[in-house]
Amino acid sequence: MKPSPFAYAKAKSLDQAIELLARPDGEARLLAGGQSLIATLNMRLSAPKLLIDLNGIGGLAGIAVKAGEVEIGALTRHAEAECSAEIARHAPLIALAMPHIGHAAIRNRGTLGGSVAFADPAAELPACLLALGGEVDIAGPAGRRTVKADDFFKGLFETALGPGDVLTAIRVPAATGDTRVGFAEFARRHGDYAMVGLAAYAQADGKGLGDVRLAYFGVGNVPLRAKKAETRLTEGNIDEAVKALDADLAPSDDVQATGATKKHLAGVLLRRVARQLMEARS
Amino acid sequence: MSEQRCDITLTVNGETVVETVDARKTLVDFLRDDLVLTGSHVGCEHGVCGACTVRVDGVIVRGCLMLAVQCDGAKVETIEGVSDTGEIADLQTAFEQRNALQCGFCTPGMLLTAQELLANGKVPSREKIREQISGNYCRCTGYHAIVDAIESVAQARAGGKP
Repeated sequence: MKPSPFAYAKAKSLDQAIELLARPDGEARLLAGGQSLIATLNMRLSAPKLLIDLNGIGGLAGIAVKAGEVEIGALTRHAEAECSAEIARHAPLIALAMPHIGHAAIRNRGTLGGSVAFADPAAELPACLLALGGEVDIAGPAGRRTVKADDFFKGLFETALGPGDVLTAIRVPAATGDTRVGFAEFARRHGDYAMVGLAAYAQADGKGLGDVRLAYFGVGNVPLRAKKAETRLTEGNIDEAVKALDADLAPSDDVQATGATKKHLAGVLLRRVARQLMEARS
Repeated sequence: MSEQRCDITLTVNGETVVETVDARKTLVDFLRDDLVLTGSHVGCEHGVCGACTVRVDGVIVRGCLMLAVQCDGAKVETIEGVSDTGEIADLQTAFEQRNALQCGFCTPGMLLTAQELLANGKVPSREKIREQISGNYCRCTGYHAIVDAIESVAQARAGGKP
């Protein structure tokens, strides 16, 4: 199908984008990489009156490591993050996840900010952000603010972003020598959205793991922390952690798999990812 | 400053193109309908099948997930241009010799996707080749012959036997 007619404006600055977005009818949408948006336009699942292209705005792309944090500009393309030495070294969880996101042609266009702002419940990056305890930088009509990942994902395709807001960057703590990360997902075809996926972070703590954060995706309306399993894993008990998923997750049936299948797969992923977290210690 | 029809100037296969397009027109529709470059195919129109793959500013993109208006100032290359320069002549020959196409609908996208993987001159594993073409559907060949063709070209370019 073809998109409904819309007007197009290429914003020259962040302020201009925010100004354009503040239409009284609320029928404007921001265009970043467009790899989800244009598909929904083509299918007429979305029919905005105005598209505001962010791609001409300087300063919204790029990766910077400063003050113990990795800051990734919203317009940074997946392909750039995938090849980035800074990401590989300082945000290894994002580096692990990157090859699973779409396909080469999608990663050449898709942006990290767009993925987080769109907040598909089966997408990899929102879960990574949650696992890392990252933050989201937002600019809006009322100025700038920062929202923690734990508070950002509100519901199905719903985030802390208001209708007049622009996501400008995501920030995650830079990895240290004790940082351990793991990532695994099941998808029917490489690059497709996951049936179930798991992004995990921990701090090496003596012989065990501390500060374990397990973020599942594809099992609910938002990326979900499995907090009981986190506690069990901190205690070093993988079998108990897998059992605890029963209380942590309640996936619904969807077109890809039944809830029961997803729950089983979540356990399989936990064992794989727990091994990654442990192995990385040596 | 916002328009439903927009003037764009871009380079397509080395030639400067100046056109006025509907903002809603996708790049692949612009190439096919306005420029009659019909080598790029329209398959699923939502980024899944890869038949519309073209190059913009040197990297492959989905022609259905980019708007023509976004290509103002860009350098676009289609299968027609990349064929004419001879850049992928060896890949095309290998596809033919190994029967890596039957109906040919996916082939332009497959070739451009494969070329991006091979551009660094290395010989990728078969697994890596499969990963690279995971976003390109072929409904005829079962992919095996396509992987064979890409692998043989990678080896040949690296100086091995084809």
